[in-house]
Amino acid sequence: MSRKQPIDVAARAEVFIRQDHIHEPMHDGFLWAARQRRDAEAAAVPEWEELRELGSQIKEHALTHLDEYLTQFEANATKRGAQVHWARDAAEHNEIVYAILQDRGVTALIKSKSMLQEECGMPAFLERRGIKVTESDLGERIQQLDGQPPSHIVFPAIHKTRKDVAQLFARTIGTDPHNDDPHVLTEAMRNNARPRFLAAGAGMTGANFAVAETGTFVVCTNEGNADIGASVPPLHIASIGIEKIIPRVEDLGVFLRLLARSGAGSPLTQYSSHFTGPRKGGELHIVLVDNGRSQRLGMADFWHSLKCIRCGACMNTCPAYRRGGGLAYGATYSGPIGVILDPTFDDYKYSELPFHSTLCGSCSAVCPVKIDISDQIYKWRRVMANKGYLSLAKRLSFAIAGHVFTHPEEYQALQKAAAPALDHAPRFLLYNRTLNPWGREREIPQLAKQTFREWYLAHRRAHGNQNTES
Amino acid sequence: METRTLSRDSILAAIRQNLPQQRVDRPRIPAFPSPDRPLRSRFEERLTKAGATAHTVGSPAEAAATVTALYPSAKVVCSAVPEVTGTRRAEDIHDPHELADVDVGVMRAQFGVAESGAVWLTQEDLIVNALAFLSQHLIVLLDPHEIVSDMHEAYRRVRLGDTAYGCFVMGPSATADIEATLVHGAQGPRSLHVFFLPRP
Amino acid sequence: MATERTAVRRKKVPNGMRIGLFIPCYVDMVFPEVGIATLELLERLDLEVGYPLGQTCCGQPMSNSGDVVNAAEVERLFVQNFKEFDCIVGPAGSCVKQVRLHFDSIEQTDAVQHVRQHTYELVEFLHDIVKVRDFPWAEFPHSVGLHNSCSSIRGLGLAKPSEAMGPPYNKTADLLAQVKGLVLVPLDRPDDCCGFGGTFSVTDPAVSAQMGIEKVRDHLRHGAEYIASPDMSCLMHQQGIARRAGLDIKFIHVAQILNGGPFQ
Repeated sequence: MSRKQPIDVAARAEVFIRQDHIHEPMHDGFLWAARQRRDAEAAAVPEWEELRELGSQIKEHALTHLDEYLTQFEANATKRGAQVHWARDAAEHNEIVYAILQDRGVTALIKSKSMLQEECGMPAFLERRGIKVTESDLGERIQQLDGQPPSHIVFPAIHKTRKDVAQLFARTIGTDPHNDDPHVLTEAMRNNARPRFLAAGAGMTGANFAVAETGTFVVCTNEGNADIGASVPPLHIASIGIEKIIPRVEDLGVFLRLLARSGAGSPLTQYSSHFTGPRKGGELHIVLVDNGRSQRLGMADFWHSLKCIRCGACMNTCPAYRRGGGLAYGATYSGPIGVILDPTFDDYKYSELPFHSTLCGSCSAVCPVKIDISDQIYKWRRVMANKGYLSLAKRLSFAIAGHVFTHPEEYQALQKAAAPALDHAPRFLLYNRTLNPWGREREIPQLAKQTFREWYLAHRRAHGNQNTES
Repeated sequence: METRTLSRDSILAAIRQNLPQQRVDRPRIPAFPSPDRPLRSRFEERLTKAGATAHTVGSPAEAAATVTALYPSAKVVCSAVPEVTGTRRAEDIHDPHELADVDVGVMRAQFGVAESGAVWLTQEDLIVNALAFLSQHLIVLLDPHEIVSDMHEAYRRVRLGDTAYGCFVMGPSATADIEATLVHGAQGPRSLHVFFLPRP
Repeated sequence: MATERTAVRRKKVPNGMRIGLFIPCYVDMVFPEVGIATLELLERLDLEVGYPLGQTCCGQPMSNSGDVVNAAEVERLFVQNFKEFDCIVGPAGSCVKQVRLHFDSIEQTDAVQHVRQHTYELVEFLHDIVKVRDFPWAEFPHSVGLHNSCSSIRGLGLAKPSEAMGPPYNKTADLLAQVKGLVLVPLDRPDDCCGFGGTFSVTDPAVSAQMGIEKVRDHLRHGAEYIASPDMSCLMHQQGIARRAGLDIKFIHVAQILNGGPFQ
């Protein structure tokens, strides 16, 4: 646990909003459109809510029997010729991957999207050891070229304008800086990546699902980049978080129907690839990774976060995410799912994340596996408060507010005191006790000349209405 | 090897120690009613939405002619099916890198899925998996009677334990990573054509 | 100001039901007209309403900040004030949600459970318990944009949230439809959060303000003269934003519309 300053997500979100009048509206608009497409697709499936319930139950069943299904998966994958490895943490994952690559003499590899590999810091680890790593997904490659992590798990560069990408490509792969046509830029990346696919000694993927019944793992992409990486180089390495296990093939029917509709508003991704053992003439290694997942399983309030199928729906709908951007979170996982996962990696560093939310509840409502995201965000606030991670100003203000609201006579005295409007209500809102936070963006509401209580005493007590003396 | 077993045991032990109190039962997945529309028209509608094109083709000869008509300047047509000869046979490929120059790849899918417009292609259908991904354009033959309604039905048909690779392919390679603008031909095939042609 | 006890349709409320009036702190101090409208409305319906003078706050600011310790005392006082009533009614979705869903920092005694289970937001009380179906005394000839607060729809079920699939319903709209002359305007994003979020409005001011101004603009784009809601806290935030931006739009609580006043 680091003792540096926690990530100031609110300040970083503000930077994203204030940079100009282009980026934030674009970002918000695209993601809201994705949310609307999700709504339209879901509406076309009469059994949608039933599917969500099934998805949730299947995941809960799998997680509450995780050891059985993991060993079953390992046995079946091995029977089909895959080599299965187990990594307790990020460091061990990276070492295992490196050992395999070194053993095969691989100096260049191409990879598809994997949040787990990002979580383990694998690309940097391998680069430092002389292995060239190329992201094949267009959005991930854009971010890799820019030295930034992905900002969204499905649309990694959604925060960038086409002009940003054009200028980035001009700087890094020598394209025309003035041509920002997405078709031209995509073609440029296609032509830049293709030779790397053909020259790579290994292809790496993640996995959306791992099926215990057959030892199969499933990778869903729109570009087909995972498939090129798996079908061209002779070596395929897949990094799979232990929570990705589902019991049976038929369960895939439920999850595949939920996944792309939720995150992208499409019935499926363009490619849903099923790998069971190595391909003809190839070699397959699977690295099963814990890295804190088994510990999370034991957290009564938070283990449901392990149900996540990494669809991105919560990010698309979250207003704080849409407005402030994914890079504001300063973590591998952003958006609502990030808020409830990241503190398990470093609770101090991410202690501000649970407050970057209005608790509107939209995330819980779109989650295809019914993770109670909003409730977990609320519970993380208690954890942070208990650990004393709230700033001193916050704690003081709430102690005062708590005292005043527990002593009605003081509360009423507060109302009568001839203090400037600022020091009064909404004092309980101004945890900094300064005008700035509220008044920075808004006009201060006027205090009424007569409070409701005073009106009541003047107009109702006289009529003999019931009331309770304090 | 020692370290490996240690990690495995350690992880499994940690899981067992942390299993939640409540053990949730596996739910039964019910049979959902299908929409009351013909499978083929649902399939075609979805396929088109996903960026692919459907053609009805009367015979293998017509299939071959349509390929030529669609891609007159194609130099390398690599086929995994008997109905279309092509300029190169997939059976003759020893290394996927040999497919780097393929303009058009021709294959036959086992079945289609109406709710998405996707087709199921396995390693046995493709002969070399990379054929479906290195080819610049794809032609997929599909028997119009081999269309199922939804993914639940699809998963009852696939035999995942029997094949090293199987993919639901729904249209050409696509991305919307730059300003959410849809572009076809991101890394994989630029186009996908489905030819309705019954199995021989 | 004497209230005219207008005779209305018989309600399905058991005789002698005692209602405790819960007036949130910001309503008490900033928007007392909302409290007055609520009380008068309940009295029009021949309901027996008491107002515990010792009430202060529902504890949401502390509770939403994870400060269980300071929230607990406030929650206890709330229960103390209201436990003798059969029902507690408050014109505030977020505060009622707090009581029903989040009063768990304190021991769940019988009194606590009774209060939690019988605290209602005004619209749901009128719609589901009293089942009022017309408001003959009310007239509001204006274009109104309905602000569906997150607490009221995703917390209390006042309307079907747009994320959920199923037949749509909106209890607030049902009631407002009975008000003469009132026209509800459609919105581009009927239930996208307005950005208040309690302390969020001051801890995340830039995001909060951006959400708020876009919410107000949505209403303006559709010609709303008024933004109405069962939740005054959201409106307080939107009003502050609108005034800062010099936007000409008014804000009103549904209690004021349904009661026919007071209008500020």
